[in-house]
Amino acid sequence: MLVELGHFALVLALVLILLQGSLPVIGALRGRDSWMAMAGPLVWLQFALLLLAWLVLEWAFVSHDFSVLYVAMHSSLDLPLQYRISAAWGGHEGSMLLWVLTLSAWSVAVARFGRHLPLPFFALSLGVMGWVSAGLLGFTLFTSNPFERLLPAPLDGSDLNPLLQDPGMIFHPPLLYMGYVGFAVTFAFAIAALIQGRLAPEWARWCRPWAVTSWAFLTLGIALGSWWAYYELGWGGWWFWDPVENASLMPWLTGTALIHSLSVSDKRGGFRIWTLMLAIITFALTILGAFLVRSGVITSVHAFATDPSRGSFILALLAITLIGSLALYAWRAPKVGLGPSFAPLSRESMLLVNNVLLVVACATVLLGTLYPLALDVLGMAKLSVGPPYFELVFTPIMLPLLLLMGIGPMLRWGKHEGAMLWRSVWWMALVAVVLGLLWPLSMGGWGWLRALTLVLAAWIILSVASDIISRLRRGLSLPAARLGMHLAHLGVGVFVAAVAMVMSFEIEQDLRMAPGQSVEVAGYQFHFNALRRVDGPNYIAQQGSFMVTHNGRTLTELLPEKRIYDQSEMPMTQAALHRGLMRDLYVSLGEPLSLDSDEWIVRIYYKPYMTWMWAGCLLMALGGLIAIADRRYRRRREALA
Amino acid sequence: MKKSHRRLLFVLVLLGATAGAVALVTAALQDNLAFFITPSEILALEELPERNLRIGGVVEEGSVQRIGEGITVAFRVTDGAASVDVQYEGILPDLFREGQGVVAQGRLSAEGTFQANTVLAKHDETYMAPEAAEAMARAKQQVQEAQQGDY
Repeated sequence: MLVELGHFALVLALVLILLQGSLPVIGALRGRDSWMAMAGPLVWLQFALLLLAWLVLEWAFVSHDFSVLYVAMHSSLDLPLQYRISAAWGGHEGSMLLWVLTLSAWSVAVARFGRHLPLPFFALSLGVMGWVSAGLLGFTLFTSNPFERLLPAPLDGSDLNPLLQDPGMIFHPPLLYMGYVGFAVTFAFAIAALIQGRLAPEWARWCRPWAVTSWAFLTLGIALGSWWAYYELGWGGWWFWDPVENASLMPWLTGTALIHSLSVSDKRGGFRIWTLMLAIITFALTILGAFLVRSGVITSVHAFATDPSRGSFILALLAITLIGSLALYAWRAPKVGLGPSFAPLSRESMLLVNNVLLVVACATVLLGTLYPLALDVLGMAKLSVGPPYFELVFTPIMLPLLLLMGIGPMLRWGKHEGAMLWRSVWWMALVAVVLGLLWPLSMGGWGWLRALTLVLAAWIILSVASDIISRLRRGLSLPAARLGMHLAHLGVGVFVAAVAMVMSFEIEQDLRMAPGQSVEVAGYQFHFNALRRVDGPNYIAQQGSFMVTHNGRTLTELLPEKRIYDQSEMPMTQAALHRGLMRDLYVSLGEPLSLDSDEWIVRIYYKPYMTWMWAGCLLMALGGLIAIADRRYRRRREALA
Repeated sequence: MKKSHRRLLFVLVLLGATAGAVALVTAALQDNLAFFITPSEILALEELPERNLRIGGVVEEGSVQRIGEGITVAFRVTDGAASVDVQYEGILPDLFREGQGVVAQGRLSAEGTFQANTVLAKHDETYMAPEAAEAMARAKQQVQEAQQGDY
């Protein structure tokens, strides 16, 4: 009964969303205030209904209601409570519902924090968000209803995929969706402005907090996914250039371009046509991501089971989004007008190059991701594009970006004197080069690419430090927006250093080991103590015990496991890690050599600077969240309140 | 800078970046593509291809064995009509099993053994890698066509 209530709430929410997409828009076009004012209440109501539907689904999981097909497919009696809760978004149908719910939460946020916006713009924006919600909720209801019944109900479910039974997986999808979906807000703002045919001078300032918040969440979501893949997939990589990872990276790249381009639109009124375009593209890329993940066109850890109707539905959504918004753009964008001019050496020119590089990087990723699909669809060839392609193409595009990142924030808007720039950076350049060239030696190996990358990482970190210090010394204030930017840039520097170090100095060894044997990797002794059987709540595991010693001192005992899950009989490798500031030690059990021997194939990794990688991502996201606390965005509201 | 100059600068930067990217992309793509091929197609090859290949099929029952003292493993991949010897050094994926779908990427050696550097199995119990399914389907089709030819 409760389940039908959830289903009914979804249907009712769709009706309200259709109203949200029509009444306020008509009101805005006809100038009827009462119709426009309905946008807010409609958004709150549809959010309440979607939340109700979500709680019903959660309840079905918590109470083991296997008469719901989706629950029977993704849960079991033995599944621990926290994973029953997260299992609600562990499959296609539930994760779609979470997506729709998140979009609804963003709409509520716009309704709540956007009250200072002019009413027609406010109504149009929420109307456009209604269209997006309608498309996604329609998709959920008609092709992927999580409340579908399975009668007669099985006695037990077939369990959640063991790979998803992990804390990282509890948080990764919600955070990622927060970011993904947030770009619907900037999209709605862009479309609303285009429909109105004019861009208010404050338009970019309205957009910025939303764009930056989405970007910060997307950063966190991607980082968490990578963090999960690193230890959970059992082979210690952190980025695979898997099509689905690319699907989240592409909107991140254009989203990064967008927040930078918005700063020019906000501060100088420039780049506005381009900013509108980026807002549209970023949103379209999130829909493309949904298509790649959910249509079954690709093989990947993330891909959900296939159903052709789903693919067609999302493709139709993507086509409508692109054709509709680009047509509107072509029609209205020329009215927006250009901003003030700037010199070749200026903050604007740096941000221009930043945008070009980011968009080109995104295009190369897009090409590598879609090329095999396109050839396959055309029936020309079946092939795959591997990580070397992406690494080869991505690196030379990113390196100049890092170089400019150290200069851009120091430059003035409009025009900057070359001599003045040189005076403030020459010592930084010198220190960065010396530091960067020596840095790889600390790991005992020198190479051109790693040295260059580390020079650039040091360059960025120094640039951030020098700006903060010189501002404080001159008694200048450090507004939240600037501090946030610096933290995010610092995060990039730290992240890049980590990437250079891991890729140059990681040691990966797969070897045969039996209990009682020892091996030395990167100066650490790994002693395979014993193998024992461990019973988990819904699995049985073989657990290896490895004592790790360094310079004669015992560091830790690592306990990697090979689990067999009861319901699915699916084996899973659970790696064991010892994390440190400068390096991670990583042990995982491969497979027994044969049934009668106690020899195993064991994987032992030494991964330098991994902690820096996660710290870098956290700094980026933190920087974004600090930046939106800037008074610039709030004063506006108070003044109008 | 005048507006027209600025636009020219923008166009030039964009063109330069695009040209650079295109050059990079073509060079990178050329070396890093792996073409999909089925075991039957490998047997039908007349000369050794000098590039990465990706084969799909099913791991033949009873074919998996460890070689020597190291961690090299050998198995046969079949599409139902023909099979190919595959060697791989490393740890096989958790869901790699005899009689199940598999995709291997690597190069064909002169002796006709496929030297894999990546082995992919399905990632849950109900899912078959599309490429493994494709190999089986292609082989089946060829067998049917051959039979029709006999009549």
